[in-house]
Amino acid sequence: MISTGAKKQIDAWIAKYPKDRQSSAVMQALKIVQAENGNRLNADTIQAVADYLNMPGIAAQEVATFYENYNHKKVGKYVIRFCHNISCMLNGADDLIAHLENKLGVKTDEVTSDGLISVKKVECLGACVGAPMFQINDDYFENLTIDKIDKIVDNLK
Amino acid sequence: MNEVCFKNLTKDQCYSLKTYEASGGYSVWRKILKGQLTPEHIIDELKVSGLRGRGGAGFPTGLKWSFMPRHSDGQKYVVCNSDEGEPGTCKDRDILRFNPHAVIEGMAIGGFVMNASVGYNYIRGEFMAPFYRFEDALKEAYEAGLLGQNINNSSVNFDLYTHLGAGAYICGEETALLESIEGKKGQPRFKPPFPANVGLFGKSTTINNTESFASVPEIINRGGQWFADVGVENSGGCKLFSVSGHVKNPANFEVPMGTPFKDLLKMAGGMRDGAQLKAVIPGGSSTPVLTAEVAMSMTMDYDGIEKAGSMLGAGSVIIMDESTCMVAVLTRLAHFYYDESCGQCTPCREGTGWLYRVLKRIIDGNGKQGDIDLLLGVQDKIMGNTICALGDAAAMPVESFLRNFRKEFEYYIKHGKSMVKG
Ligand SMILES: Cc1cc2nc3c(=O)[nH]c(=O)nc-3n(C[C@H](O)[C@H](O)[C@H](O)COP(=O)(O)O)c2cc1C
Ligand code: SF4
Ligand code: FES
Repeated sequence: MISTGAKKQIDAWIAKYPKDRQSSAVMQALKIVQAENGNRLNADTIQAVADYLNMPGIAAQEVATFYENYNHKKVGKYVIRFCHNISCMLNGADDLIAHLENKLGVKTDEVTSDGLISVKKVECLGACVGAPMFQINDDYFENLTIDKIDKIVDNLK
Repeated sequence: MNEVCFKNLTKDQCYSLKTYEASGGYSVWRKILKGQLTPEHIIDELKVSGLRGRGGAGFPTGLKWSFMPRHSDGQKYVVCNSDEGEPGTCKDRDILRFNPHAVIEGMAIGGFVMNASVGYNYIRGEFMAPFYRFEDALKEAYEAGLLGQNINNSSVNFDLYTHLGAGAYICGEETALLESIEGKKGQPRFKPPFPANVGLFGKSTTINNTESFASVPEIINRGGQWFADVGVENSGGCKLFSVSGHVKNPANFEVPMGTPFKDLLKMAGGMRDGAQLKAVIPGGSSTPVLTAEVAMSMTMDYDGIEKAGSMLGAGSVIIMDESTCMVAVLTRLAHFYYDESCGQCTPCREGTGWLYRVLKRIIDGNGKQGDIDLLLGVQDKIMGNTICALGDAAAMPVESFLRNFRKEFEYYIKHGKSMVKG
């Protein structure tokens, strides 16, 4: 369930913490395992992480549900996380989100029928001077306009 | 402008070790390794400098560092707070991207002063580009022999690691952040005990903001008095202000404390499309909103902003023009705090829900007579009654929006639509 490659990555995180504190690596371990399991977590993958880190399953479960970056439902290969907090809102984020939803034919938290893209409204991503902005997987895109959004999204394959 | 954290901003590869060292970087750290600086000297310089915590609370950094029981036995930690999630705030991201070595040197100096041989930089989970940039800088520093065990035979030890968050505003609160590094839900701890006594993994710990750490090397280099003189009384030095919203050129500006707000607005290109300024949130979404009139005569320092009726916070200046519907803005902020409450204390958990639901029904055209009093009553019950400051942060905007823009709320309740947008 956890590949050798993923274990290696998790081990590198474990090494950062004091001996017997390997559960400090749980947040990253969940992300790593999520990434190689279709970009989402389920009870089995969470338990596998807990077992690997020698911590109770419920403790890993709590972390997996407390933090926003973990997906428990189906998401796209690309998750567009659109900031709708204050600076982005003042710069027209709501209209741009509506445009994106129209363009893709999905509402927020839904996945396009080809499984490629899902859209999520998120809180401030710490890039307010580049508002309006969104994040796609690891990358930030700032100073968005309708044209820019169209170009970015059309290039997702 | 741009003299401390942003000093190398316009240089080629401003983030590289080479650029950093060429402008005097790591010279304080090298002096420490040669035994030429004492912890007492550094703490004194920081006290003279007037540096106050840049994470929002504004606690004097020199004083904080002096609270660490540096002579006690056992492991101690320094932790950098790069969780940056307060709406309107985006300066630490730029420090990590453009001047990561200043953060590393600042943390190393802190480690030496507080006798902490290990540091963690907690970077919010979404900041992947800044994370990789910081990791690259760490690698450079290790390869140059600036970090590790018995560095340069100095008997000084300092190891520095990153920890990545996973999307929770509350982890910016320092004790929630410690829980998070321990691999738990980010729920703030009761204080006391304070982290200086019982912190990370139960050990003495000091937490500072990214900008606070990044300011330290330059302060020690040029002297505390120099830094103090850049600023004004009670607000030493310069500070990064993130100016966002309805301005022509939104950006981060590192300017002397005490800079008039109207000058800062000018630096950001002034209002967009010749619109009129309506309101300003000067320190991030948790700080009270001000009217244009009050803002235009305020100076950007702790006392100046307090006198105007708000707080400097993290220096996140959100500019709103006349087209802004204040009911819509407050509703969005209320949703944020409701979403981000960790749920531990009843006044915060229930109160943020109430605030959001009442505002939502107003925005949906279903506001009731008495809703304004209801909002004021709920925010009053939250204020001062919670474990951490998120409760107050949720309450304060409500009070200030209603006080300064009450008419707009009354109009919305009465007519079921916005006074501004129609
Ligand atoms: C809800 C909440 C969120 C916070 N978020 C941050 C943050 O993102 N970054 C930060 O440095 N401080 C944040 N703080 C303040 C920290 O608790 C702490 O005071 C600060 O990191 C101390 O560093 P400083 O003294 O250098 O400012 C937050 C506080 C609260 C209550
Ligand atoms: S005030 Fe809110 S966020 Fe802070 S500990 Fe209480 S419930 Fe959690
Ligand atoms: S409000 Fe959108 S990035 Fe901060």
